[in-house]
Amino acid sequence: MIRIEPRESASKLLTWGLPTISAILALLLAAIPLSFTGAPIFESFFQLFKGVFGSKFAFSEMLTRATPLIFTGLAATLAFRARIWNIGAEGQLYLGALAAVAVGAGALDLPSYFLIPTIIVAGSCAGAAGMVIPAALKTRFGADEVVTTLLLNFIILIFVQYMLEGPIQDPMGLGWPQSSPILEQGMLPQLMERMRLHSGILIALLCAVTAQFMLVKSVWGFKLRAVGENSSAAQHSGISVKKTILSVAIVSGALAGMAGVSEVAGLKGYLTSDLSPGFGYTGIVVAMLAGLSPVGVVISAMFIASVFVGADSMSRAMGVSSYLADLVVSMALLCVLIGGFMSRFKIVGMSSKKDGTA
Amino acid sequence: MKSNTVLALNGLTKRFGSVEAVKNVSLDLQYGEVLALLGENGAGKTTLMNMLFGHYLPDAGSIEFRNSSGEKRLLDVGNPQTAIAAGIGMVHQHFTLASNLTGLDNIMLGSEALFSLRRNRHLAEKKVKKVILESGLEVPLDVSVGQLTVGQQQRVEILKALYRDVRILVLDEPTAVLTPKEADTLFDNIQNLAKNGLSVIFISHKLREVLAFSHRIIVLRNGQVAGELTTVNADEKQIARLMVGSETKINPKDRAKPGKVVLSLNGLSVAGRSRRESLDSINLAVCEHEILGIAGVSGNGQTALAGAISGMIQPYLGSIVISGKKIRANKPSTMILSGVGRIPEDRHRDGIVGQMTVAENLVIENISTKRFQRFGFLKFAEIRQWSLKLCDQYDVRCSGVDSTARLLSGGNIQKMILARVFESQPKLILASQPTRGLDMGAAATVADRLLIARKRGAAIVLISEDLDEVLSLADRVMVIRDGELHAAETLDRDAVGLLMAGEAK
Repeated sequence: MIRIEPRESASKLLTWGLPTISAILALLLAAIPLSFTGAPIFESFFQLFKGVFGSKFAFSEMLTRATPLIFTGLAATLAFRARIWNIGAEGQLYLGALAAVAVGAGALDLPSYFLIPTIIVAGSCAGAAGMVIPAALKTRFGADEVVTTLLLNFIILIFVQYMLEGPIQDPMGLGWPQSSPILEQGMLPQLMERMRLHSGILIALLCAVTAQFMLVKSVWGFKLRAVGENSSAAQHSGISVKKTILSVAIVSGALAGMAGVSEVAGLKGYLTSDLSPGFGYTGIVVAMLAGLSPVGVVISAMFIASVFVGADSMSRAMGVSSYLADLVVSMALLCVLIGGFMSRFKIVGMSSKKDGTA
Repeated sequence: MKSNTVLALNGLTKRFGSVEAVKNVSLDLQYGEVLALLGENGAGKTTLMNMLFGHYLPDAGSIEFRNSSGEKRLLDVGNPQTAIAAGIGMVHQHFTLASNLTGLDNIMLGSEALFSLRRNRHLAEKKVKKVILESGLEVPLDVSVGQLTVGQQQRVEILKALYRDVRILVLDEPTAVLTPKEADTLFDNIQNLAKNGLSVIFISHKLREVLAFSHRIIVLRNGQVAGELTTVNADEKQIARLMVGSETKINPKDRAKPGKVVLSLNGLSVAGRSRRESLDSINLAVCEHEILGIAGVSGNGQTALAGAISGMIQPYLGSIVISGKKIRANKPSTMILSGVGRIPEDRHRDGIVGQMTVAENLVIENISTKRFQRFGFLKFAEIRQWSLKLCDQYDVRCSGVDSTARLLSGGNIQKMILARVFESQPKLILASQPTRGLDMGAAATVADRLLIARKRGAAIVLISEDLDEVLSLADRVMVIRDGELHAAETLDRDAVGLLMAGEAK
């Protein structure tokens, strides 16, 4: 007979080792479906590895893919730390992208150093607005934000599709549902010759460092943590829970909106309704894998981007499906969740008298 | 094992990690005996009982019992089924009744076959009535349990055990939720049952009732038997010494003349969870240098009163006036700024953020003040220095101010809250159940701090369900019952007890 008991405290080793072990384990577990396809396992993993670290270009592709994940990962991290379950990063990402093309695709003809900040501000404000609605519904009426943020994703996506078919459709686009491109001077600068990597990643890194700093060192971060860990005690000690939730919601939405800005103004140049292959949802996995640490988000976003980019190159080289990437990412999440449970609880055997330490 | 011994624990030991919760404890229980198991929190009472009921596996020792035909048997430890089969029953502090079922259904619940088509309600009712007649535990059987008083619910719990033919009954803190009068009735019933051959172990930390109603007392301290006394030869001081290892300090009552009115509640009405727990147009005033004790049985509006004074609940009628200023927006932050120190009733829920550090918890109420932040950023050195000082001054024992607050013991958590509250030099202190669940040492610290604050000139509202605590500390006592306040004219225990039960005049 076994029983489950809470641990006194999770050790440092556990908090850092757990995500690492989970990631490695997920990769190892991926060997099972890989072997079903008949592909040579070591060769496949080598190709996966090569697809990320094999060349400068491969590595830059990985960083490009990691950029939106850092933003959405941070959005989820801050919200989840305050126990606001923002599942709506996907929708907020599209709102950010929509606002970016709305101001950047010809509406304002400004020089670069005015236009880029304007696009960034517009995009993050739009993302924030997308999260303020569910947060206000939560604080005002107690509406469950899991439901409201999730459903808003679909509303926003359909709204974006409508905009792309009508008001913001590119007149030069041969009738394709896509927006006019963002002006040349509105695009985020490229970082390297002939590569897609853009300065969005610098903004993402800056956001991660700032988020970490604010969380640990600021009064705002203190209140966020207090509300997240025990909102009842936070309220009792004079912290306004509603204000804190609203402010965290704004920041979380703005970060998700920045993911949209960075994709549209850094990479694609114009908005389509398939801008994001689920970056908003993957952001949740990134955040969980990072143990809800802003700096950890950078590392876990790079890991997940590596898996996606590497799996793409593996599928090209070995002829196996690139869906394997989704499998690895899901298994990494499962491993982290199970591992997270193990780090908070311990399983105690009761079979013999000796180890019955209850 | 003597011939009239029904239960014997032999050398039971239980370790949790490096902590020995119970060390080599042996005790026996005689036929028809009421044995009081006394000890502070953390003395090992609950661990011991959990071993008896098979919830914990002892690291050493054995349990013997005499079965219904009088044969000696060894209890199979670590198996909850065997305790029930051995005729041992327990009444928990928190009842395990289904409130939408009638008393009879609750008593039958669990002792019926799961898949029988016909219910033998009639037979069961006959048996329950017989048990009631023998025990004197009068209770209406056909009313849903939710409508019964707490005392009646407890009787249903005891009947439930008796219905299953227990020969040994364990009562865990049975009087915690009862009025003094209900408690007296309970003990009359128990003594009656004991005369009919039931053996009773009752767990308590109230000296008074232990002395009044038991035959024998076993005191536990630090997981060991600290002493065994025959009740007729015991006195309060002697037991207290056994419990804490030294005599407790009796708080001196050096009263100062009450000064200006600090807090007044005028016609205050607050919505609570039920009508009984809602305040209906209450008035009270507390002055400087004064402790106002609010006595009452749990669930009579204490939570609503504390909620209103601590700013957690907005009253719908009436006003709160602090030092002559009317409080408009009743928020915790307003109360803190008005100089109200609040010791919450549920310290784990409202008092601390368990995952944050001791230092963070010590400054949480003042985190936005200039002292602990500049331009919205925390002043770590200042916070650290301040909390080190407080931990030292208030004897908060922790492995450092950066350790997680939830790892502290209940007493140390309360000391941490005391430090936070008293160091802000509040004009008014709301102490809600401040010693609930604390051991005697920590409880004495709380009492001392309250008395020091009174001397300094603070007005104190002490809400407690422990009547003895209220009587020993308060200058003036009011009783809360059904959401109404009644001033007690004297500090006489019986008079206040009657007022609590609603039977005065």
